[in-house]
Amino acid sequence: MRIPISALIGLTLTGMFLFVAIFAQWLAPYAVGDSSGAQWEGMSATHWLGTDTIGRDILSRLIFGAQITIFVALASSILSFSLGAFLGFTAAVQGGWIDQGLSRLVDLVMAVPSLIIALVVLTIMSPNLIVLILIMGLLDSTRVFRLSRAVAADIAVMDYVEAARLRGEKGTWVIFREILPNALSPLVAEFGLRFIFAVLFISTLSFLGLGIQPPLTDWGGMLQENKIGITQGKSAALLPAFAILSLAISVNLVADWILTRTSSLKGGRGG
Amino acid sequence: MHPVLKLVVQRIALGLVLLLIISVVIFLGVEALPGDTAQAILGQSATPQALENLRAEMGLDQPALTRYFHWLGGILTGDLGTALTNKADIAKSIGSKLGNTLFLAGSAAVIAVPLAILLGTIAARYAGRWPDKLISAITLTTISLPEFVAAYFVIFFLTQVFPIFQPVSLVLPGMGFWEKLHAIALPVIVLVMVVLAHMMRMTRAAILNVMQSAYIETAELKGLTPMQVVWRHAFPNAIAPVVSVVMLNLAYLVVGVVVVEVVFSYNALGKYLVDHVTKRDLPVVQAVGLIFAAVYIFLNMAADIIGILSNPRLRHPK
Repeated sequence: MRIPISALIGLTLTGMFLFVAIFAQWLAPYAVGDSSGAQWEGMSATHWLGTDTIGRDILSRLIFGAQITIFVALASSILSFSLGAFLGFTAAVQGGWIDQGLSRLVDLVMAVPSLIIALVVLTIMSPNLIVLILIMGLLDSTRVFRLSRAVAADIAVMDYVEAARLRGEKGTWVIFREILPNALSPLVAEFGLRFIFAVLFISTLSFLGLGIQPPLTDWGGMLQENKIGITQGKSAALLPAFAILSLAISVNLVADWILTRTSSLKGGRGG
Repeated sequence: MHPVLKLVVQRIALGLVLLLIISVVIFLGVEALPGDTAQAILGQSATPQALENLRAEMGLDQPALTRYFHWLGGILTGDLGTALTNKADIAKSIGSKLGNTLFLAGSAAVIAVPLAILLGTIAARYAGRWPDKLISAITLTTISLPEFVAAYFVIFFLTQVFPIFQPVSLVLPGMGFWEKLHAIALPVIVLVMVVLAHMMRMTRAAILNVMQSAYIETAELKGLTPMQVVWRHAFPNAIAPVVSVVMLNLAYLVVGVVVVEVVFSYNALGKYLVDHVTKRDLPVVQAVGLIFAAVYIFLNMAADIIGILSNPRLRHPK
């Protein structure tokens, strides 16, 4: 199997980000809140990427930021995914009032921008990790629901699903043994996109001061702490922005590749 | 009733019902969240007396439904209540801020929409060749950028590397139209970047979809130039999907504007909202949140209605 060069770049970079996120504690040269240098030091042997607005090592904070950003985004996309896919499949298989009820509920949630709902909720709830993961996961599960319901509705009319129903299999069997394996490839690509969306969402919330709270840090929060540096011409303050951008692009490249691969498997243009 | 009119009326009714349900969710949903509302606003260290006062002030001692209808009645008559933090009248505080937000979003839309349609058409005309690939590569990059990241790249390049603009968008009441326009140049650039990509890609897809029709082949065979084929035959038939994409992206602009206003300290509705989320000022957040939701629902509704009106099969029923 030939992997196109863009997908290869995407896979390598995504793997690198994951590696850094998992082994952050061993890789980071300094502790996360350690003011180990002067304000806005340039690149040097002791601080590879320089120091931030209160003298903390930028490389270390980027590494710990990667851990939090990726962990929160991954947790919330796993939540949105399992919930959205399960409910979407159930709606498609069961039909009737379950389908109607769930679909109207999803329409309702999607009628308002996620950010606005998140802001209203965060007025009352304090933004700890669990609350953030729950908010993002629940809001985003609506999109997964729509996709998986559409995919499952196509599969649910296939002969083999009919056969399973006729030999008396239960709903859960039909969902997990008949529909899930056949819906997997489009859903995997969608998982990549949901993950990026979660990265951007948590970064935005942290940037607004409503996401990850100190002493923990993530990339959005880092950008917010150092924003004054950007207007003073300190290019190091842009590094978290580069991190967000490159993670988003590399996951996008992988998802794109999976998507084109699965659609070519289906027979391409003619289908 | 004419079937098109019936569809439009149905869609408007649906929008209004949706808005009503959303208002219930924004008002009552907050109370369904775990924890005590007064406690959440004042924090863990609040004295019982302070909690009691806040409950009385917000009317939390009364039944939720009574308060909801009181709140809704107030909003329908233009009374948005008072802010918890400074006791200011919310409707008054919002007045000029709403204008500033619309000015920013409107300016971005006026630039982004024609540009997206033009670039999308060019990309479709040269599909698969270098102009298409170049436009696609650039838009793929901007589509992966959240607003605030795009904003700081723009700030860095246009205030530091090439010092043309100020990093803060200060708009004062006495300023002339052009002065204001110069002040909001940076946030407008950012918003255009963020919505352009998506709009352009959908325009391209819509035109390419039409390009597969038989009448396009006829136009090509009778010797029209490729640009004539695209503008005269493909574009008019792609208008419906393009307009609905434009509307959806304007709705997206409503959200983008919140973050961009914070980045540029632009005194408008979005920044007002975020500031009061931080201050846990629930009445302000509920009122402004409802306004943003209403604009978003309205734009989505407009997208659907334009879609209905521009469908000739619905306009000329048999």
